[in-house]
Amino acid sequence: MSDEYDNNKSYQAQSSEVMDGSTGSVNPDIDYVRPAEVGEQDLYHGHSFIEKWVFCQDAKVIGVQYFLTAVFTGIVGLILSWLMRLQLGFPELAGFMTAEHYYQFVTMHGMIMVVYFLTALFLGGFGNYLIPLMVGARDMVFPYVNMLSFWMFFVAVAVLMASFFVPGGPTGAGWTLYPPQTILEGTPGSGMGILLMLISLSLFVIGFTMGGLNYMITILQARTRGMTLMRMPLTVWGIFTATVLAMLAFPALLVSAIMMTLDKVLQTSFFMPTILKAGEVLEYGGGSPILFQHLFWFFGHPEVYIVALPAFGIVSDLISVHARKNIFGYRMMVWAIVGIGALSFFVWAHHMYVSGMNPWFGFFFATTTLIIAVPTAMKVYNWILTLWRGNIRINTVMLWCLGFIVTFVNGGITGIFLGNVSVDVPLSDTYFVIAHFHMVMGIAPLMVIMGAVYHWFPLVAGKMLHEGLGKWHFWITFLGAYSIYFPMHYLGFIGVPRRYFEMYDSPYMTSAVGMNEFISIAAFIVGAAQFILVFNIIKTLKTGKKAEQNPWKANSLEWYTSTVPPKHGNFGERLPVVHRWPYDFSVPGAKDDFIPQTTAPSEVIHTEVEKT
Amino acid sequence: MSEQKIDGFELKPGFKGMASDTGSDQTMFKGVHWGKAMMWIFLLSDTFVFSCFLISYMKGRGSTIVDWPNTSEVFSLYVGGVPVPLLLIAIMTFVLITSSGTMALAVKYGYEKNRKMCGWLILATAVGGLTFVGMQVFEWSKLIHEGVRPWGNPFGASQFGSFFFMITGFHGFHVSIGVIFLFIYTYKVFAGHYESKKRGWFTKMKGDYVEIEILGLYWHFVDLVWVFIFAFFYLW
Repeated sequence: MSDEYDNNKSYQAQSSEVMDGSTGSVNPDIDYVRPAEVGEQDLYHGHSFIEKWVFCQDAKVIGVQYFLTAVFTGIVGLILSWLMRLQLGFPELAGFMTAEHYYQFVTMHGMIMVVYFLTALFLGGFGNYLIPLMVGARDMVFPYVNMLSFWMFFVAVAVLMASFFVPGGPTGAGWTLYPPQTILEGTPGSGMGILLMLISLSLFVIGFTMGGLNYMITILQARTRGMTLMRMPLTVWGIFTATVLAMLAFPALLVSAIMMTLDKVLQTSFFMPTILKAGEVLEYGGGSPILFQHLFWFFGHPEVYIVALPAFGIVSDLISVHARKNIFGYRMMVWAIVGIGALSFFVWAHHMYVSGMNPWFGFFFATTTLIIAVPTAMKVYNWILTLWRGNIRINTVMLWCLGFIVTFVNGGITGIFLGNVSVDVPLSDTYFVIAHFHMVMGIAPLMVIMGAVYHWFPLVAGKMLHEGLGKWHFWITFLGAYSIYFPMHYLGFIGVPRRYFEMYDSPYMTSAVGMNEFISIAAFIVGAAQFILVFNIIKTLKTGKKAEQNPWKANSLEWYTSTVPPKHGNFGERLPVVHRWPYDFSVPGAKDDFIPQTTAPSEVIHTEVEKT
Repeated sequence: MSEQKIDGFELKPGFKGMASDTGSDQTMFKGVHWGKAMMWIFLLSDTFVFSCFLISYMKGRGSTIVDWPNTSEVFSLYVGGVPVPLLLIAIMTFVLITSSGTMALAVKYGYEKNRKMCGWLILATAVGGLTFVGMQVFEWSKLIHEGVRPWGNPFGASQFGSFFFMITGFHGFHVSIGVIFLFIYTYKVFAGHYESKKRGWFTKMKGDYVEIEILGLYWHFVDLVWVFIFAFFYLW
């Protein structure tokens, strides 16, 4: 290929869509967009402080509320991980910690990070803030229900945190809450702790359902004029598909939580087999613990993609904007997101290879699991091809995106190991598993969150975060995260089991001790480095330089509001009209290197824009 | 099928129409009220909840070590000393399905702006739902008197009581929520809130008769779920 883009044809024949449509009536006005189908949204503007900032119905405020609450739980989860690493690396310094404490920290760290931190942050935080802005709506379609959604989440978090202070402490059954031991005496927190956990999860599901209905209907039914599904930013596609997954997967969690609550409170035996305890037969009998595992993982596996898909979507937008190039294979990206979402419902039992299933069952789930690698790999190729010959700006946002790609590929490859039954069985419940899922669904989505915070902070707060601090934050986190999780792969290979409070005199001790100390030190540093961001945000809010409107020269609608930060109602007098996708960057012949979605075709008639 | 247009957008029939609606801007479901679309998607999610319950029930019933109670004996009523299986359930089902009929009529009269008829029919639906819940309370108390408990029963596998009370309870909870809303909407319709464009108590939004249809969707769903529960608990 020559250096000059002389072959214009490659730019023209990308889309299979025909502008005129199949009706046969050729419209002479190329700027024509159909009139609005739905009238202006009836918005309720709050009057008092409470209505404006506490029980607020504006999706942007709700998004920030979700974000801050989720970050609070995330910090609790981070502190718990520090305590765990303190015990593993330097047990002599952690004399206050018993084995029970350790299990409780493991459990709460897992549940908090997966459900209350990542899910709430991506869907509740970014979803609420970005969906209405990006599709060109005034607000979510049901602002009141949206407000209830946040407060339900808030109560769920409060109930969860309350379990730290009840007699017996929080549950220590592992975040998967496998019965029967979860509710049996001897497991830490088998009294009030597990009960509060189950109640909190149920409340979370109810609250999320309220929010999820809002996200879905806003995207399906409240887009602005000209905004077709295939002109939506991939962020919206990612959040939309994740919401669909959540609406279909959370029911299984709700049902298993209800059934386990009844097992606990009313001595039913849904999940409880006949149990001998100290020579005595307990009241339970005839239930199926495996049933819980199926229900839990029917929720649990889509949950992984509920966290991952918004990250995929957001990172696609960030890479495109900061590499000044259109996203490579937009439609392929969309279908990959949808395909991953659909496939994620058929892989759940790969978490149960050691549960004693029929071998053919394992074979089936290994096959579906490996098939998921296909759309996922397509996405990775497309991100790299988006960067290829792009006008890449190595700023903080781009660093986080690049960090994400590398980390995600890393975690994805170990996923292919674990997806195969025969490889998984010896690696099951070792540190290899911990390294895998922290890389793929912990660190990788977290990198996207960080990138997204640096990217959208100027929109939310109207000020630019400090770049230098951002780069320090990135490099410490990136190198530190690898220092934590790379050695864990090795620990897993030599067979160090996970969730063990102590290794005692096991043969792993000699090689694992030094490594555990190293990992722990890295974990302390990485955790502390996150407070650079907190410091950066506080400093920026106080003394940061004011952001111009659309500082990154992006195309999507959220940067084209009447005010920055946007007010309630998002856009000014009139809603924007969309004429193109949000990825018209570096278009040959165009005046600037970006063409906003609102630019009419007649204004860029002599450029090589794609038809979208 | 005659072709329709909405704001210059041609609605085509069949699969082609679905594709062109999906590919268009603004809305995916043309002319569908936000609330109605929301209710459909909520019901899809709720279907998964009930599916999880019923699949767990099938799994639980299939793998108990003790025999399952003979349902045609357990659920029979004695009329003049003769056990009549499924009598109560037949009446309950009849009442609930009838209330679905009155609900459908209420929707029709609502769209015809026949306020009085609409109100009376919603009230009839609410009374039907209340009767159903009442009969369910009777059935529960009868079973409890006979010694059926969530943790065990004298007739067989303890999971029988567990699943029965949990699933019919969850369904009864849905019916009860529906009845509460039916009474609220009876009031709203009779008070003419849709004609006067009065704003809602909480949401501060103006209402429309489409809300009756949305409520109707929920009510029909609850009835449909009952048909499945009926089949799986009483006929199996």
